[in-house]
Amino acid sequence: MTDLTSDESAAPSTDPVTDWASDYDIFDPDYVTDPFPVWDDLRAECPIAKTERWGGSWLPTTYEDVVAMARMVPELSSSDPIVVRPPDDGPSDHGDGGGSYHTVNAPPISSDPPVHTWSRRLILPYFSPKATAQHEPFTRQLCHDLIDAHIDSGTIDGAAEYAQQIPPRVIAHLLGVDPEKADDFTEWVRGVLEVGLSNPAVRTKYRIKIREFFMGEIADRKKNPGDDLISDLLSAEVEGEPISDLHIAGTCNLLLVAGIDTTWSSIGAALWHLADNPQDTRRLVDDPSMLPTANEEFLRAYAPVTMARVVQEDIEVQGCPMSAGDKILMNFPGANRDPEAFEDADQVIIDRQRNRHVAFGVGIHRCAGSNLARMEMEVAIGVFLERIPEFSLVDPSAVTWAGGQVRGPRQLPIRF
Amino acid sequence: MKIVIDSDKCEGHNRCYSIAPELIEVDDFGYATAAGDGNVPAELEEKARLAVDNCPEFAVTIVED
Repeated sequence: MTDLTSDESAAPSTDPVTDWASDYDIFDPDYVTDPFPVWDDLRAECPIAKTERWGGSWLPTTYEDVVAMARMVPELSSSDPIVVRPPDDGPSDHGDGGGSYHTVNAPPISSDPPVHTWSRRLILPYFSPKATAQHEPFTRQLCHDLIDAHIDSGTIDGAAEYAQQIPPRVIAHLLGVDPEKADDFTEWVRGVLEVGLSNPAVRTKYRIKIREFFMGEIADRKKNPGDDLISDLLSAEVEGEPISDLHIAGTCNLLLVAGIDTTWSSIGAALWHLADNPQDTRRLVDDPSMLPTANEEFLRAYAPVTMARVVQEDIEVQGCPMSAGDKILMNFPGANRDPEAFEDADQVIIDRQRNRHVAFGVGIHRCAGSNLARMEMEVAIGVFLERIPEFSLVDPSAVTWAGGQVRGPRQLPIRF
Repeated sequence: MKIVIDSDKCEGHNRCYSIAPELIEVDDFGYATAAGDGNVPAELEEKARLAVDNCPEFAVTIVED
């Protein structure tokens, strides 16, 4: 399915961490598997941690700090949302599509106002609740087809064979590209965001693959416009001017990279929880109307995404002196576990009624695809429970997690 | 009871709309406004309170009569 070589996809090597407050490592294998105790300790002792590893960054851990920093615009820029940068990267292009071939170009996630404002408005209508509901029948059929392929075997890998198969096909459907490309998408996105996060050469290779693919799709749509997002963006205008091909390719890059790894991580984490908590599975099977509420709790408890900001001018936050150019990890997953913000924050309570979680971020960079992600999660979990109402982990120790800036299970063997 | 959306704070999470679609309208971009005059019928008051308590932007408030 993937031609990421075993050498490329090897876990990053990390030196053991002895002091998380001053030397944390987002790729530490224990942290990837179970980051929650680290955040709990930091919240009590040093709520904004710092590290020099992987290019250096700050890590806030309280709800209050994470939310406040997410709203610090323009003091904190989104020009470079990934922590580790390939050494051959030029300066970021701030999402205007004019940067060098290798820079992060994924407007609007990589943009600041004013580019952010118009480039976000351009795509939001495709992700409104009504717009995303149109993709629900396709998603539901897809989930049934995936279950059909395994229902007689009594086992399924809830990550590799289910969760990971869904978002690439939904995004291909939305972009109007060949559904057969879905496996390539999976490989490219892992190349950029999972493996590539700690391996700049791999990331650059897959960024180029994505850029070239979408530049090809754009050239094709110019000749053969269709009823799809790429064709719509080609005919859109901002202040009377068409949008550059590079900007459109960048936005498609965003939809691919941000819409795939993230959502499959969320679906997988929810299935992992349910496989290990049969009482919650039973409640949802008995009363599927609880699913939307439970889904918000899965999003809170297992929020996968941590994006980065860049400090623009020297500032002090909660006594921490941050210098221009410093990276800050927007630790939304940690904020969601803050006991100051959530009662029984460490417990997964699937009927939690008051749940102001920030899994999709807050402020102007709120995940543009959040409605699509919610729909995919609710359908994926709902169909799984409908078809496989009783299931468990084959072996809890066989479950593997990917970490870094998107955390979720990658191997999740389930028996039923 | 009246439900009020602060459009300067709303970032289009749609949490309020998913909880209380009877009380909220969203535009094509996903931004929310109170449906109609914002008045909350007695049977929907709990939903209105949940819409307040689930907004990540603190954009939803209720005004008691």
